Amino acid sequence: MDPRSVGIVKAQSAHFAEPFTFRSGRTIPHFELAYETYGRLNAAGSNAVLVCHALNASHHVAGVYEDDATDVGWWDNMVGPGKPLDTDRFFVVGVNNLGGCFGSTGPKHVNPATGQPYGADFPVVTVEDWVNAQARLADHLGIRRFAAVMGGSLGAMQALQWAVAYPERIAHALVIASTPRLSAQNIAFNEVARQAIITDPDFHGGHYYRHGVVPVRGLKVARMIGHITYLSDDVMAEKFGRDLRDGLKYGYGTEFQIESYLRHQGEKFSGYFDANTYLLITKALDYFDPAAACSGDLVAALRPAAGVKFLVVSFTTDWRFSPARSREIVDALTANRADVSYAEIDAPHGHDEFLLEDARYHALARAYYNAIAEGL
Amino acid sequence: MSGNGKAGGLRADLTIIAGMVRPGSRVLDLGCGDGTLMKALARERGVRGYGIEIDDANVLAALINGVNVLQGNLERGLASFADGSFDTVLLSQTLQAMHGIEALLQDMVRVGREAVVSFPNFRYAPHFRQLEAGHMPVSDSLPHQWHNTPNVHLCTLADFEDLCGKLGLDIVERVALAEGRPVHAEPNVNGELAIYRIRSGA
Repeated sequence: MDPRSVGIVKAQSAHFAEPFTFRSGRTIPHFELAYETYGRLNAAGSNAVLVCHALNASHHVAGVYEDDATDVGWWDNMVGPGKPLDTDRFFVVGVNNLGGCFGSTGPKHVNPATGQPYGADFPVVTVEDWVNAQARLADHLGIRRFAAVMGGSLGAMQALQWAVAYPERIAHALVIASTPRLSAQNIAFNEVARQAIITDPDFHGGHYYRHGVVPVRGLKVARMIGHITYLSDDVMAEKFGRDLRDGLKYGYGTEFQIESYLRHQGEKFSGYFDANTYLLITKALDYFDPAAACSGDLVAALRPAAGVKFLVVSFTTDWRFSPARSREIVDALTANRADVSYAEIDAPHGHDEFLLEDARYHALARAYYNAIAEGL
Repeated sequence: MSGNGKAGGLRADLTIIAGMVRPGSRVLDLGCGDGTLMKALARERGVRGYGIEIDDANVLAALINGVNVLQGNLERGLASFADGSFDTVLLSQTLQAMHGIEALLQDMVRVGREAVVSFPNFRYAPHFRQLEAGHMPVSDSLPHQWHNTPNVHLCTLADFEDLCGKLGLDIVERVALAEGRPVHAEPNVNGELAIYRIRSGA
């Protein structure tokens, strides 16, 4: 095992007996959040860092499980003893968001009103809802104020939302590979993914659980589409090019290596991810637009966050959320005179780069966390 | 470029520049290097603001120095900053490596109430003597060889003042330095480094 791993970790669950009201106005009477923690909360309670997940990840941020040493946390290269987010100095919290499929209350769970799984009846979630639920978890853990909230992509939207909604409860926000709102093209990709799932005959209007089936074909296609947007053209060309598996067969089998790769990714994903959760998360992405409440004025929308300190990072080959989108966030923060640093990392891998161990990127994160730790 | 802090304090030109910045004011440092100047301004004069820097290693160094650093290319301009966002915009020994000088100077006095610009003087007598001896000048202020210099727009004090006139910029203050000390007699000949405080003409 990696000597700088947090080692064996255990998922925990917090029960919230009070109802939760979603932005849509709908409520659920009670809910659970699955979470993990690494490191120790200091006596002052000042060293907690919340790590927010993006589309397909979970509360399992770092370490491995006792019964499965291959199930390594999704941001294990960032979080651990001696890593950029150093668990010897910080108390790190990972949480599975509401509507998720890894233990937190979501579509797979029983709707107390019907005695049946929620399925497609689970309330549509928003980034705001997730952050409100995370704040309840912070209360549960006795964390009044996070030293930092960090995320990449959709996770970074949550960090930004924390800074807007709970500026008094967060000192720093690390906003990696993100955007202040999805573009029409971003929404278009999400819509194709949703249509793939919804039109799968095994979807059954989102109540596939009661039919004992899963819309694997739709989920697979959805994941394939998503995956294309996570990689850069260059890295796809370099990794796969026009390589063939076994020559041209003049048919619709798997001929090109890129086809094989995407099908494999899709199959793997459809084996563990819930289709209703996928639909919910793509809607949360589409809806996120803090400026909308201020007639499109992002500067006004981020005004409440002016007292939070920011590190914003983008990657040059990320065409899903390009550096220009991160600069919109930076510009709105500087217009509010917030403390913000911004780095644009020239790296080849596209959107996925935020999950990789790029030396320049990790050095920046490490330096930023060092400064936070010294200020505790 | 700025940022080469010397033991025991700031580089001489940075000390002069720091003295042109009002305590407690808001500053934008263009080409902030490793953030040495912004760090000193924050610590000694309670100044707040941002540094802009293009180089990866300098961005990291500035972050470690506790400076708000924004990675970006000055050639793209300062369009993201509103008029009058800063009290002072600094450009320390970077002008001579820029392409779009006119646009940048105008942007600086738009974004800031004042701008402070420093650059090496090509007419400095020792530089001139090297030219007379048949070679491009190489000195503390022009440390590169002709074939590897980042500098593309070297000028003299007289040239810079002409450009300010053409662009309608008022020169509020001028300091010429040689070997770290102010020079008063014939600054266009005896000054190695020039530091100007300028603002938009009324």
